Amino acid sequence: MSLIKLYGTPMATCTVRVLLCLEEVGAKYELVPISMPTGEHKSPAHLARNPFGQIPALQDGDLTLFESRAIARYVLHKFKGQGPDLLREDNLSDSAMVDVWLEVEAHQYNPAISPIVYQSLILPRMYGGTPDQTIIDTNLEKLKKVLDVYETHLAKSKYLAGDFFSLADLSHFSYTKYFMATPYASVFNSYPHVKAWWEDFTSRPAFKKVAAGMTSQQ
Amino acid sequence: MAIKVYGLPQSNNALRAMAALNEKELEYELCPVDLQSGAHKKPEFLALNPFGQIPVVQDGDDIIFESRAISRYIATKYKESGADLLPVNSAKFETWLQVESSQFYPAISELNFELLFKPMFGMTTDMSNVEKQAEKLSAVLDVYEAHLAKNKYVAGEVFTLADLNHMPEIFLLLKSPKAELITSKPHVKAWWEDISARPAWKKTAASIPL
Repeated sequence: MSLIKLYGTPMATCTVRVLLCLEEVGAKYELVPISMPTGEHKSPAHLARNPFGQIPALQDGDLTLFESRAIARYVLHKFKGQGPDLLREDNLSDSAMVDVWLEVEAHQYNPAISPIVYQSLILPRMYGGTPDQTIIDTNLEKLKKVLDVYETHLAKSKYLAGDFFSLADLSHFSYTKYFMATPYASVFNSYPHVKAWWEDFTSRPAFKKVAAGMTSQQ
Repeated sequence: MAIKVYGLPQSNNALRAMAALNEKELEYELCPVDLQSGAHKKPEFLALNPFGQIPVVQDGDDIIFESRAISRYIATKYKESGADLLPVNSAKFETWLQVESSQFYPAISELNFELLFKPMFGMTTDMSNVEKQAEKLSAVLDVYEAHLAKNKYVAGEVFTLADLNHMPEIFLLLKSPKAELITSKPHVKAWWEDISARPAWKKTAASIPL
């Protein structure tokens, strides 16, 4: 059986989403670096894998996938039974809750947190740009409103989809990890249940391993 | 107890849920949520969706929000009823479900909001945002054009949930001054003409008061 190839970089947020799944299920894979600074993600070779010219992309034999949330599902399906059940597809009500909170991550949480990470970390460090404080402040207010909901929810539920760790929780990791390296990390201190949830699942071995690859070049 | 949909018949996201219910030939009760009076921010509604947004679907003990979670739930639970929206469990299907959500939806929903909904609420359209989003959407649709030249539907040879999730926003854009973003691309246009001719979609479209 040929090895799964993941095209991306260990620091990139969406590549991390897939790396976490691969590590959680104990899959064997090869991480093939794609150099963003040299525009490799827009090369014909990579566009053949992902016509939107983004990372990650995954190749498994003849199959090519892109979109990290789709790749995550694919990995979890393929290795079902091998690692923890992060999708709960054998129980409709449980899997529906996983899907709900995956959507919440994509459409409520991420749009608030990613501009803050971009402005305060990525723009200055990768592009030598100056953070736009208005964008940061506007999105901090949005993020706090989202965290208000998460706080109430996580006071009643150990993890987002229920009393079980799932892909929905995992999906929050990469941007939140970078957020914790910004000057605004202390925002989470006002949300004790959110903070406890974060500290719980980020202590999983897969997370510690992948997190090490996120900071090695800083 | 009938399936309840909390939403409005002109809401892009509520339509995604209703389109799925219609494809499955399921009866449901539409419970309107009066956004103008702030009903979606009141405790009774927040108990259904703590983010205070429509749609929410209540089916027995399950209360589901986020329209893509809803449409997936409907497609899964009622797989044997009406059209099968999950006939293939393929990598291409999962990929293009996500493409709709992360590449297509952000630009098109913002365009529809600027061009159709802002005027409805007495707000001023931001024309520079319109041009910015139109450019983004056009680039995304270039990828769709190439994809649909080789695939009848986004996930391959059969209609799936991945096609359905696109439909409300395309319907709305075609009512706006930016319709040509869709109609100028032959394979995208042909795909839309095919999927919008489905009887279930015609039923959904007939219920939209726009």
